[in-house]
Amino acid sequence: MYTNQFSYHRVNTVQEAISLLQKNPDARLLAGGHSLIPAMKLRLSDPSALVDISRVAELKGIRQRGNTLVIGAMTTHSEIEDSALLKQLCPLLPEVAHIIGDPAVRNRGTLGGSLAHADPAADYPASMLALGASMKIVGSNGDRVVDADNFFTGMFATAIGSGEILTEIHVPVKTAGVGMAYETMMHPASRYAIVGVAAMVRMSGGVCQEARVGMTGAGHHAMRLSGLEAAVTGKPLDAATLSAACKSLVRPADLLGDHFASADYRAHLVDVYAQRALAAAAGKA
Amino acid sequence: MAEVTKMIGKAIKRREDPRLIQGRGNYVDDIKLPGMTYAAVVRSPYAHAKIKGIDVSRALAHPGVLAVYVGEDMLDINPLPAAWQAGGVKNVAVTPRALAVGKVTHVGDGVALVIAEDRYTARDAVDLVEVEYEPLPAVVDARKATEPGAPLVHEAAANNICMEWECGDAARTSAAIASAEVVVKEEIINQRLIPTPMETRGSLARYDVATGEFTVWMTSQAPHVMRLLLTAFVFGIPETRLRCIAPNVGGGFGQKIFCYADMAFTMWASRKLGRPVKYIEDRSENYKTSTHGRDHVTEVELAGTRDGKVTGLRVKTWANLGGYFSTIAAGIPTTLYGRILTGVYKIPAAHCKVWGTYTNTALVDAYRGAGRPEASYLIERMMDRFAAEIGMDPAEVRRRNYIQPQDFPYDNGLGLLTYDSGNYEPALNKALQMVDYQNFRHEQAEARKQGRYLGLGLSSYVEICGVAPSAWIGAAGQGWGAGLFESANVRVHLTGKVVVTTGSLPHGQGVETTFAQILADELGVPYEDVTIEWGDTLAAPFGYGTYGSRSLAVGGMAMHRSAQKIKEKAKIIAAHMLEAAPEDMVFENGRAFVKGSPDKAKTLAEIALQASLAYSLPQGTEPFLDETTYYDPPNCTFPFGTHIAIVEVDPATGKVDLKRYVGVDDVGNIINPLIVEGQLHGGIAQGVAQALYEHGFYDDEGQLLSGTMLEYAIPTAAMLPWYELEHTVTPSPVNPMGVKGAGEAGTIGSAQAVMNAVIDALSHLGVKHMQMPATPERVWRTIQSSKQAAD
Repeated sequence: MYTNQFSYHRVNTVQEAISLLQKNPDARLLAGGHSLIPAMKLRLSDPSALVDISRVAELKGIRQRGNTLVIGAMTTHSEIEDSALLKQLCPLLPEVAHIIGDPAVRNRGTLGGSLAHADPAADYPASMLALGASMKIVGSNGDRVVDADNFFTGMFATAIGSGEILTEIHVPVKTAGVGMAYETMMHPASRYAIVGVAAMVRMSGGVCQEARVGMTGAGHHAMRLSGLEAAVTGKPLDAATLSAACKSLVRPADLLGDHFASADYRAHLVDVYAQRALAAAAGKA
Repeated sequence: MAEVTKMIGKAIKRREDPRLIQGRGNYVDDIKLPGMTYAAVVRSPYAHAKIKGIDVSRALAHPGVLAVYVGEDMLDINPLPAAWQAGGVKNVAVTPRALAVGKVTHVGDGVALVIAEDRYTARDAVDLVEVEYEPLPAVVDARKATEPGAPLVHEAAANNICMEWECGDAARTSAAIASAEVVVKEEIINQRLIPTPMETRGSLARYDVATGEFTVWMTSQAPHVMRLLLTAFVFGIPETRLRCIAPNVGGGFGQKIFCYADMAFTMWASRKLGRPVKYIEDRSENYKTSTHGRDHVTEVELAGTRDGKVTGLRVKTWANLGGYFSTIAAGIPTTLYGRILTGVYKIPAAHCKVWGTYTNTALVDAYRGAGRPEASYLIERMMDRFAAEIGMDPAEVRRRNYIQPQDFPYDNGLGLLTYDSGNYEPALNKALQMVDYQNFRHEQAEARKQGRYLGLGLSSYVEICGVAPSAWIGAAGQGWGAGLFESANVRVHLTGKVVVTTGSLPHGQGVETTFAQILADELGVPYEDVTIEWGDTLAAPFGYGTYGSRSLAVGGMAMHRSAQKIKEKAKIIAAHMLEAAPEDMVFENGRAFVKGSPDKAKTLAEIALQASLAYSLPQGTEPFLDETTYYDPPNCTFPFGTHIAIVEVDPATGKVDLKRYVGVDDVGNIINPLIVEGQLHGGIAQGVAQALYEHGFYDDEGQLLSGTMLEYAIPTAAMLPWYELEHTVTPSPVNPMGVKGAGEAGTIGSAQAVMNAVIDALSHLGVKHMQMPATPERVWRTIQSSKQAAD
């Protein structure tokens, strides 16, 4: 549990961080440190330098800009959990933040850190997909905005390029008739998702007008359940519809499996939790 | 005269907590000595391999590295000792050396030792030691290890069998089974658990070049025993050349009872280098190389009559001992398991056969409850199996087989001492009342109609506390080769302050508080005036240490007896001061006076002053109030109780929700209800966790797949329900205070309550048994296969 030697830099601005990343190609950004530091202690990760961005003021805070909620990447889970603005305009995120780790983890861990790390079992990615969020990424050549659908590219892999920083997460403000929910089975030890499904539905006259469903935990990275979205759109989200729609949503061959939960079992859980998440979302719409 | 406030029975907060909770304790890793060096171990990535060569040159050349040693360097010291030596029993004890020589037997086995100026350098240099291995096939399962063709862990142990042991009456049991109306059979696995104390283990050794004496600070539950084992057996030096100190110890659960390689190699390296050497294992090392618990494979048959009487119990158990023999490994699945297998029931014929086997896994030894949770789980699971088979209510089956109050002292026929006292039915009745049993059955039936699976599990347990009587545990048939008495010295200093030094020591039990409560009442002094000293071989003259729920029933009784001796002497001195006859004196509430004249009393402080100044003492009386007792009880104590768990199983996912947990425990008289409750809470958490969460799991190659806390699920508050606990009180006749002990009861009573509840929830599907832990996938698969079987 002892890391290799590394240098440590605490920065105050995004620009400072970017220039340090350019000077040290194998440097890593340090946010809350709840994934990176354990990996370094186990010597699974061995960066020569850490660039600590946890105190960069411009990366903090939650604010509304028109129909978009802008969340700074260094906003902690507990700030999201407690945000009155989010509870009103995007209740899914406080709900998800509330079940991450324990209070100590939530006080240090950040939304941006979690998304950039892209752990296949992390909770947030499913909700980013369900919400239709997008991520602002800044590098030396300026900035760009990437949709959640294109952000998670693989196991621990994202659209963030080398020398770039995820600075903001943009989430649409909840509109009339929208309900959202996250349902998960968490591993009893790590409290990471074995399977987690986030659903966002827009209901009108008892019929689903739009559905977005994101799944995490079971596969190599978070992904949309597009087939399911199509199957329930235009229908009432009653038990019979959901039960019929949530069958064999994913193939076990595409999933992860381990001693605690096999791929077959996870595939079954995706069906169960997709159904529960949609039902819960519809109930809140 | 104002009545002195009695401390015994009071729920006072633990005096040790303010410093421990605020991070102001003093643990081994807090200790820093001048010139201290740091050790790190090169550990085997293979479960089973020959060591073909070790190249330490790159590590030695690394700046800051002082030395690198391999197993061959340390051949001048002996392997660690095996303390279990049962007479007339096959026992091939192959114990670990300070470092492996020639081959490794489990992942994490120590191969080389790096000593460096700081901990990071030592860790860096571990990666620079090049070890060439020749991997060998591995075996990890206790029963498979005995099958023909299984890889051999040690040449000396044919078929990997370390020991073979049995108890009970084989012929009578066979006859009972052959003639039984009903026989239920099961294969029951008690899975491997990893104890996970909050503080990992470690040693800090200092060799004094001038005197040739060692001091070792260690994370130990038994420092006096370690001194004996390390000197007399490992180093072959006089016992007096080693001082062992256990400072604050952050949890043990049994794992810190044993003699470990790091104690030996830090001592050896410190002597070699003339500098102190510290080794603190990290969590991964703790998981891979410190002892694990349980890991039994058992074939069991229970025979009985259609009207619910159990007539026979036959058990065959393969107990996994791991890659080497740990200090008292074989004593756990024998003395503390086989001999209490019939539990709270009067079973006329029982027999138990045990094979202790070597496998390519971490060593297995005592873990909270040690043998008794395995026994208790087995019989309680089988009582439910039997009840289901004959269609009788599980509470009623238990009732019909309980040992009755008039049967005590009760001999179960398995070579145990007699059960001291018990009254099992009131605890059951109280627990059933607390859950409103009849109403629950109604609720369960209604829930099933709606497709909800509710279940209730019963567990009536008895356990062995105050593990001692030297005449029993040390006898040839038990094989512990130890006395297990306990010592306590009590002194009343000149200022009236009371100091107790004891061989019992805390690693979370709160005995500083409990012991001070006893002394305060016995000597009639303020609780604050009593200091408890422990953990240092220079303090207490000898001690067997803390395990087997023996601190109170053995260690506490030693100081209770010393207090009586102090009072006797105080009366003699007070008589002299009052010019009275000693036989006319009484001692009450801290004062000695002539019977009938309490107004003219001498306080203990006044007597202590007289005894310490010593210018005027009765003829033949030595100065000072100072009494030592070596207390060896006549028997163990046998706490008991009934626990009930209520669960709901999610039919769609198999996830178990533990909704209620009710316990009625009888631990004899209670000194501090708050501490007893705390011990039960923690104990139940560990039993619940065995039922639902924990599994020390190796793959077929011997890799530990539950090797980090990301995979190995220890219970947290968020995973447990609100406990509803009550007591009955049946004092123990074994000791003058009537106490039994509470350290392990919670663990021993709980796992089967939860598993019986899970299986009860699925009983309408035809489910009869399921192995632990009841993880969601295992439960879901059980539901699926039951449904398929029904189709």
